[in-house]
Amino acid sequence: MDSKRPLSFYLLAVFFAVFVLFLYGPTITIAILSFQGPHGGLTFPMNGVSTHWFKELFQQQAVGDIWGSFRRSFGLGVMVMVTTVVVSLMGGLAFRKHFRGSAIVFYLAIASLIIPSILISLGVGILFNILDWDVHWASSGFGSQLTWTLPFGLLIMFAVFNRFDSAYEEAARDLGATSWQTLRYIVLPIIGPSLIGVALFGFTLSYDEFARTLLTSGTYNTLPLEIYGMTTSVTTPVLFALGTFTTVFSFIVIGIFALIYKLSSKRVKPSA
Amino acid sequence: MTLILSFFLLLPVIAIFAVSFWQSTAYSYSPAFIFENYEFLLSSPVTLSVYIKTLMFTGITWACCLLIGFTVAYFLAFHVRSLPIQIGLFLLCTVPFWTSNIIRMISWIPFLGRNGIANNTLLELGLIDKPLEWLLFSDFAVILAFVHLFTLFMIVPIFNSMMRLDRSLIEAAVDAGASGWQVLCNVIIPLTKPGIMIGSIFVITLVMGDFITVRFMSGGQSASVGRVISNEIALLQYPAASASAVILLLTVLIMIGILLRFVDIRKEL
Repeated sequence: MDSKRPLSFYLLAVFFAVFVLFLYGPTITIAILSFQGPHGGLTFPMNGVSTHWFKELFQQQAVGDIWGSFRRSFGLGVMVMVTTVVVSLMGGLAFRKHFRGSAIVFYLAIASLIIPSILISLGVGILFNILDWDVHWASSGFGSQLTWTLPFGLLIMFAVFNRFDSAYEEAARDLGATSWQTLRYIVLPIIGPSLIGVALFGFTLSYDEFARTLLTSGTYNTLPLEIYGMTTSVTTPVLFALGTFTTVFSFIVIGIFALIYKLSSKRVKPSA
Repeated sequence: MTLILSFFLLLPVIAIFAVSFWQSTAYSYSPAFIFENYEFLLSSPVTLSVYIKTLMFTGITWACCLLIGFTVAYFLAFHVRSLPIQIGLFLLCTVPFWTSNIIRMISWIPFLGRNGIANNTLLELGLIDKPLEWLLFSDFAVILAFVHLFTLFMIVPIFNSMMRLDRSLIEAAVDAGASGWQVLCNVIIPLTKPGIMIGSIFVITLVMGDFITVRFMSGGQSASVGRVISNEIALLQYPAASASAVILLLTVLIMIGILLRFVDIRKEL
């Protein structure tokens, strides 16, 4: 390959930069606007700089219950994360051997991924209604979010196991390891970092999920539902402050996962 | 796994299907076997115009996502030479996926609003003499938000396909005298087709089923199939909503069925 970059490289680089700006620009804009002065409005110009709206956010709101919904979203996110990791891992392991009906389960997972989310919401809502159960964010909400996170987890596990060298397992078996020991000491450490990826997907997708939770969360809202409710009733930069707050929270979560990922992949150097 | 998916996926779909034949009373609905919901739905002129609108959103969004997504993935895969930078830039593109969609929609308000950045900039440049009204709360805003939210789903599978493409094929093409454009059209595009298909499936299904983006970005002025369903739900017209949902599901499945003829998803992972 020649080292001189062609003109197209620079054109594409500019295109890429514009795209990234397009991706992040609006988010950065509201981050700046959330520091709007107490008398500022929803758009520029900035009317002084203050943390007024963040203070407002931390006080009791006239509408809704932000902190309660934040706690629920967080709890639900953790529940979904744990379930997604465990079930995708088991699913991934099971799919390595072709079992009866594996194709059906696979297509079920794909279908679950591409079915319009409002259908899940409506369907679970109706189902619980017919069965005469109460919809609650921790039961029906939890289940409908799993239909979104599980397929992602499973697909990631497929990708991981397709690249997995089974010679390691054979070596372990030859050395007399039981199948449980092989799993515990060979397979899990190697795929560990990917499991962290699955966990990240599980948590963030659940934390931000809206459409599937809409009809299935019952009386208590999760955070995205709360924000959605606010968009129709709140017309101050408090909205931006909340947006900035949850975005920063998402970034922190991503950062934590990235850190764990780095630490765990350093510990085990995969020979790929 | 199967259990969870069956319970929260299969059963609800069956329930929707069943309820779509039920009859509705003022505040409730009861078991029956009537085609009234479908009759009303299929004979209403609103349905047709809503579907045309939704398909228009889907088509434009798909085209934009494909163009942008392909270009970005192409740049990342073939023009960035060191792997760490490649991965770094790739992650830069995917991080927004893990943040809230609603927040990202709200973020467009200060940008597109009547006194927003876009209008003010254009005014200062003297390109327009009064603020553009169609920037926010319009079809334009809806499509912009769609592209903003869903291009990611196009980039990731295309990038994945491109990274697995055997580089020696490109060298061979260059050695055989192909120009850069010919390599792109005759080697890269055919070989990244599976990625393009998977990305298309995601974008199309997400746009077809969407209702929040349309509601929010159009300021309630545009309709889409998803919105019709959510409105019917809000009015507690569950059988009608179910009938709409069944039709929507069929439409999406037909579109995916066509796309799937071109690609075997399981081989692509």
